[in-house]
Amino acid sequence: MLDSPRDPAVSNPPVQGFKENLGKGDVVRRSATASLPPPTRKLDEVAKLIDVSKCIGCKACQSACVEWNDTQPDIEENVGAYTNPHDLTPDMFTLMRFEEWENPATSDLEWLIRKDGCMHCEDPGCLKACPSPGAIVQYSNGIVDIDHDACIGCGYCVKGCPFDIPRVSKKDHKAYKCTLCSDRVAVGQGPACAKACPTQAIVFGTKTEMKAHAEERIADLKSRGYENAGLYDPKGVGGTHVMYVLHHADKPHIYSGLPDDPAISPVVTAWKGVTKSAGLLAMGLAAAATIAHGIFAKPDRVTAEDEDAGRALAEGDGTGGRP
Amino acid sequence: MSQPTLVEPGDAIRPGEPPVVERYRAGARINHWITALTMVLLILSGLGLFHPALFFLTSLFGGGQIARTLHPLFGLVLAASFLLLFLQFWRGNLWKPEDGAWVAHLGDLVAGHDEKMPEVGKYNAGQKFVFWSLAALIVVMLTTGIMIWDQFFEGLTPIPAQRIALIVHAVSAVFVILVIILHVYAAIWVRGSFDAMIKGHVTAGWAWRHHRKWFRQLAERRAAGTDRL
Ligand code: HEM
Ligand code: SF4
Repeated sequence: MLDSPRDPAVSNPPVQGFKENLGKGDVVRRSATASLPPPTRKLDEVAKLIDVSKCIGCKACQSACVEWNDTQPDIEENVGAYTNPHDLTPDMFTLMRFEEWENPATSDLEWLIRKDGCMHCEDPGCLKACPSPGAIVQYSNGIVDIDHDACIGCGYCVKGCPFDIPRVSKKDHKAYKCTLCSDRVAVGQGPACAKACPTQAIVFGTKTEMKAHAEERIADLKSRGYENAGLYDPKGVGGTHVMYVLHHADKPHIYSGLPDDPAISPVVTAWKGVTKSAGLLAMGLAAAATIAHGIFAKPDRVTAEDEDAGRALAEGDGTGGRP
Repeated sequence: MSQPTLVEPGDAIRPGEPPVVERYRAGARINHWITALTMVLLILSGLGLFHPALFFLTSLFGGGQIARTLHPLFGLVLAASFLLLFLQFWRGNLWKPEDGAWVAHLGDLVAGHDEKMPEVGKYNAGQKFVFWSLAALIVVMLTTGIMIWDQFFEGLTPIPAQRIALIVHAVSAVFVILVIILHVYAAIWVRGSFDAMIKGHVTAGWAWRHHRKWFRQLAERRAAGTDRL
């Protein structure tokens, strides 16, 4: 039985019957949950591959995303850039970022267009940071998804994410980001953006297939002079389920600040790790120690002599008070 | 030989049967208990987010969303309320030579040899420690709390700074809670202390035993007729 679409290029849904997946038994990680029942099966890992060199910046993917997810991004001001809206928002899960870059080797102006959005990390920083049990889950096919019923809107995921992706809505106080169209993938469809892309710069399939497809693309780019062409599947976050083919893979940052070497910040790791365990221990010990002292040690009571001396001072002429 | 910083407004010996020593005016007591209540609410709502094992605490407030919303608001109330307390108490909490001696005799205190403790003013070194550490920690909690308060201050600082704010807020919270445990326990262990913050006055014996220098000062002022000025 297929658990994800098979045609990497056009991600048309399979025509044979498809059993819905991405249920409880497919969850491999769950925020703020220490022991999770083991998944009942292992789905094929999926990936979206975005070939930056094929993108024409038409934003069909952005429109498809808005349409499928039924969001209403605000109409903003034109500030003289194609990037629109100005940033990812709770209503805009993916954003075409446009960068004019002068290649120092050739002095050519290169127009770098990158589709920004959730990378669906193998080791997701948002999920690690999230304090609400089950508000973020990761499925065995690699999709990282937010459960809006459990989200409390604290914004920890925003701080945990190495790519600055989640956005918390000021309307319903819940975090939003690309779902990799988990609702479509669960029924055998590809993501809306991939389906809409007219140049097939966005393709979707199993991660293995996507890597193989990327190899072909990289070989093609290299044959055309892009000697640093390569795949962006950063190891620092355990690899991602959204990958890029970059013509300048040696310097991802030129693509509107794509991190060169993303990883969960050590500050976040220390905050969610040793701070919590050592903190809980210290508070528990202090509480236990005082309770034990309260039960076993003698309270500090005012004695009869103290009362006599105190009365003498209170009623005396103010000079002494010793009995 | 009067040392004006030793007593606070309202402190006085009230003659009677038995005589009592006024320690906190009604305003200071109400101020203290508002601070205490918001502190408890802050600790409960904060701990709910601190560790998954404590997430159930958020249900005391009606759920995670509500606890998350209320926590920083409680924080503002606490900061304002503590500021008022601070303005009333800071002079009495300035470090004095006898405080060093008092700390050196901590072992005697815990062992129950109260007679070996040096005479202290309105606050002993332990109380001063609680006062100053809470004052410093609340400044830190307020600063870092605002940095991570996305509802109103989203983007005030860059994300790497917010991460540091989060860990500092969490570590400071642990210290706040440790200091509060110490504070509450000391008040319970030293019998008669609750009277000071509930009724506003303590027995002469309590004043004699725990804050003799302060008590002597009040007796002097009373003898000189300046105690109600
Ligand atoms: C001294 C009193 C305070 C204590 C004990 C306290 C405790 C905590 C704790 C334990 C957390 C969870 C941290 C974590 O998940 O690791 C937290 C989160 C937070 N605190 Fe505090 N805090 C205090 C004061 C404040 C103040 C004064 C403010 C702001 C004005 C504030 C704003 C926040 C915010 C915004 C969060 C993130 C969750 C949320 O949005 O509610 N806190 N606090
Ligand atoms: S905003 Fe929601 S998803 Fe993000 S960390 Fe907080 S509870 Fe988790």
